[in-house]
Amino acid sequence: MTTNTALKVSSFTVFIMILPWVLNLSSATAYYVDVMIFVAIHSIIGCGLSLLLGYAGQISLGQAAFYGIGAYTSGILTVRMDVNPWFAMAAGIFVASAIATAIGIPTLRLRGHYLAMATLGFGMIVFIVFNEYIALTGGPSGFGNIPPLSLMGHPIESSFSFYYLSWLAAIIVLTASLNIVNSRPGRALRSIHDSDKASASLGINVAMAKVKIFVVSGAFGALAGSLYAHYLTFVNPPAFDVFFSLKVLMIVVIGGIGSVWGAVFGAALLNFLPEWLVFLHDFDVLAYGIILLLVVMFSPQGIYGLLAGAAGYFFKFIRKESDHD
Amino acid sequence: MKKTAFILFLSVFFFVLSTASGWAADNEPYKIGAIVAVTGNASFLGDPQRNTLEMVVDIINEEGGINGRPVELVLYDTESNASRAVTLARRLITRDNVLAVVGPSTSGESMAVIPVVNRAEVPMIAFGASTRIAEPVEERKWVFKVVPGDDLAIRLKYDYMKRNGIDKIAIATASTDYGISGRQHMRELAPEYDIDIVFDDTYGPGETDLTALLTRIRGTEAQAIINWSIGRTQIVITRNWKQLGMTIPLYQSYGFGSARNIEMAEGAAEGVIVPVSRIVIADLIADDDPHAPVVKRYKRLYEERFNEGVSVFGGHAWDAMFQLRDALAEVGPNRSAIREYMENISGFVGNNSIFNRSPQDHVGLDMDAYVMVKVKDGDWAIIDE
Amino acid sequence: MFDTILSGQIIQYLFTGLTIGAIYALTALGFNIIHNVTGIINFAQGDFVVWGGLLMVMFARFFGFPLPVAFFSVVGVMVFIGAFIYYFNIRPIKKPSILTMIMVTIAVSIILQGVAMFIWGKEPYALPSFIEGPPVYVYGAYIMRQSFWVLGISVAMVLFLTFFFNRTLIGKAMRACADDPGAAGLVGISTPLMICAAFMLGSALGAVGGAVITPITLMEYDRGAMIAIKGFGSAILGGLGSFSGAVIAGFMLGILESFATGFVSSAYKDAISLVLILGVLFTKPEGLFGSGANKKA
Repeated sequence: MTTNTALKVSSFTVFIMILPWVLNLSSATAYYVDVMIFVAIHSIIGCGLSLLLGYAGQISLGQAAFYGIGAYTSGILTVRMDVNPWFAMAAGIFVASAIATAIGIPTLRLRGHYLAMATLGFGMIVFIVFNEYIALTGGPSGFGNIPPLSLMGHPIESSFSFYYLSWLAAIIVLTASLNIVNSRPGRALRSIHDSDKASASLGINVAMAKVKIFVVSGAFGALAGSLYAHYLTFVNPPAFDVFFSLKVLMIVVIGGIGSVWGAVFGAALLNFLPEWLVFLHDFDVLAYGIILLLVVMFSPQGIYGLLAGAAGYFFKFIRKESDHD
Repeated sequence: MKKTAFILFLSVFFFVLSTASGWAADNEPYKIGAIVAVTGNASFLGDPQRNTLEMVVDIINEEGGINGRPVELVLYDTESNASRAVTLARRLITRDNVLAVVGPSTSGESMAVIPVVNRAEVPMIAFGASTRIAEPVEERKWVFKVVPGDDLAIRLKYDYMKRNGIDKIAIATASTDYGISGRQHMRELAPEYDIDIVFDDTYGPGETDLTALLTRIRGTEAQAIINWSIGRTQIVITRNWKQLGMTIPLYQSYGFGSARNIEMAEGAAEGVIVPVSRIVIADLIADDDPHAPVVKRYKRLYEERFNEGVSVFGGHAWDAMFQLRDALAEVGPNRSAIREYMENISGFVGNNSIFNRSPQDHVGLDMDAYVMVKVKDGDWAIIDE
Repeated sequence: MFDTILSGQIIQYLFTGLTIGAIYALTALGFNIIHNVTGIINFAQGDFVVWGGLLMVMFARFFGFPLPVAFFSVVGVMVFIGAFIYYFNIRPIKKPSILTMIMVTIAVSIILQGVAMFIWGKEPYALPSFIEGPPVYVYGAYIMRQSFWVLGISVAMVLFLTFFFNRTLIGKAMRACADDPGAAGLVGISTPLMICAAFMLGSALGAVGGAVITPITLMEYDRGAMIAIKGFGSAILGGLGSFSGAVIAGFMLGILESFATGFVSSAYKDAISLVLILGVLFTKPEGLFGSGANKKA
């Protein structure tokens, strides 16, 4: 990690640590702590897709499947087999990674629209399994009573404590993603984005690199899903449908494809927007569509790109001003 | 002269303003939170519920509020999404500091919100239908339900079938929470009534053509079909049933109880048998029926105000809001006192029949909540025993 | 006795499948028309079907237009919407990558769905059959009269498209753009105009599908995604870009689903068709009937 990224991550961490205390000052904002928990969870799954999309250039319309696999594995193991929630979480990540490997090998040979269709189909099949395999998943009704995660005998169930847990996980994922981006495999990934043939001629095993990153995105998705299950203590299939996959895609694209930070910005925007658009009632969906369209049409680097660009100009401007002195 | 008049006017103005604001401070409204599925795939539930909640609050406030204090409704849309429902329930409790929560609309959302209200110790009156919402009652201390359970409607149907010599049936259910819950109760209760389920299949809630499924039923010995779904598929199966010229009767779940379903089926619904809540047949209820005043009033007010047919789902919202009004009038703004009142409510007449709750039963309804009706000449007709 | 029941059932499944399959086929054709000229997969294709159905209900039922007038008004409005989408959403994009175009069409789909909800609400709408009458009884099966309309109009659309692309100037020009935009430009064909034409044709085709199927299946605002997925699946099964492949695959998928409902369970029919689509993608991505000619994807 470069010093610049290290600085960014540590200042972000400080911001996240202070935030709930500030929000709690007023009863009008205290509830935003709960919203921030979903921002964290969505940032984690968003980081995974951001790596896949932004760095490997591979689309996935099926990330909800991994989210669901993480949530259901956690739920089923803890409720039906009394497994410790932390082990269940690890198991969820393991199962999702295994499935991602099995699916990734044939899927990632496909490109463009074919890949979009394959991942979409995969997501829908997993959804059908959640819905129909009633003996295991509880079917459309889902199931509840999932125990909360606990630390040294203390259950992490209040908003305040879960906020710190989810953001701890999110920052670890973010740091890991930034490391992947800046590592040798990360550079390999970016070359995949540019051209398969060029990367292959450089001796990069393109297929393997793609599958690896797909597995990482699946593991992140499962981690997010497991956190979701232990936070809500209830799972049912609608949370893991195609529209959630689309939402994750929107998070990454609106936030900004070029950087994993974009996923965090996108997750924040897509979670706070409904809070501010409450007055729109039914038509907030329309607002999402319009925002997505505007971002894709006029700011392909997303909100993060826009902010980074603005910041760049600002610093340049300052530097220029100080040069004059 | 003009100046004095102006000063006089100003001082009167400020006097009125100051007393008015002083009065407002003593008049802090009672806040009730609502989370309903105004959008998303359960919007047909949440939409009339939102309308009804807003209407009932207006009625209460026009009548002078509760103990002289107005009621304020804080309503959020869950988008038919369980995790949204949880976030919004927390928002109602921590930010809006409501006295009680009404909703969510679906069973899935209701199940997800239960741990939140139990932990925060806020009474909730759910609109979901599943029996699991109010059972086991030890784990549902703060949770109440206004919707009669599926089992009651199924008992009524089985009872009616037996009396009409039907003992072999086909069941078709949507693979949704609603459908699966109905299917489970149908299978559990069948042996008790000596009914043989000769065909049992589920289909997706997005299904647009069920002729293939009905064709299979035709190949069995079934003497009747029970369809258990909500939304579009109940219309689709009705139309397909007629198009295939099937002669065995079609029974629908209570979710079919909306005049619009008959209209959408375009004549195909003739002969369909449904157990419905009284609000659906408000016009057919005798004036001396104890439910008549409530049900007829709700129907008249709703249809005047929203210019659309009343639905059974909005009726849940009416019952919940008036139960809360009674509770607040009796015990004041205290969450645990409200819970206690709700738990012991008795003789409350609502759209869903008469409620008699107890610490062992957080619903408080019996088979009387439903009436068997048949579609006749494009309208409902009560089946006379 | 058993045989007649069974054969009646099979005919019933076959017709149910053909009717549903016709819509998959029309949707798949819509995908192909736009894809061939632009390389874009238009995820809003399913919403065109929804709009076609809902506009038909509005014109025929609420405005009381005679059926043919309503039908051509629907086509007219959708041609306009197709052109609108091209000019305001597709054309302004400077660097059209596959990913960008997927996102744009997804956004358009969300917006079309939102506007449909705004205009028509969330309830399903019914439409009477084009010619009223009881179902036709054929060898133990009951066939809805509207099914014949669906099949007839689908066949007519296929014939029209064949004629259009092989015999008319604009059709040939569109094919030229699809093959080699550079060369087409050299001979004076305006590529943007041809892309616009593709969007107009694609949305009109979707609308026709929606207008004819609504009397059978009803229509409401949020049906688009599922239709798009099945239609896209059919286009891929038939080999992306191939018209005849799309039609055959659409009907095949419809029949497969109908028989899956009849002999397995309705609950798994979507899973069965998805597994087939994935299987073909993994083993023969050029489609069941393709010869690997299409390299655009």
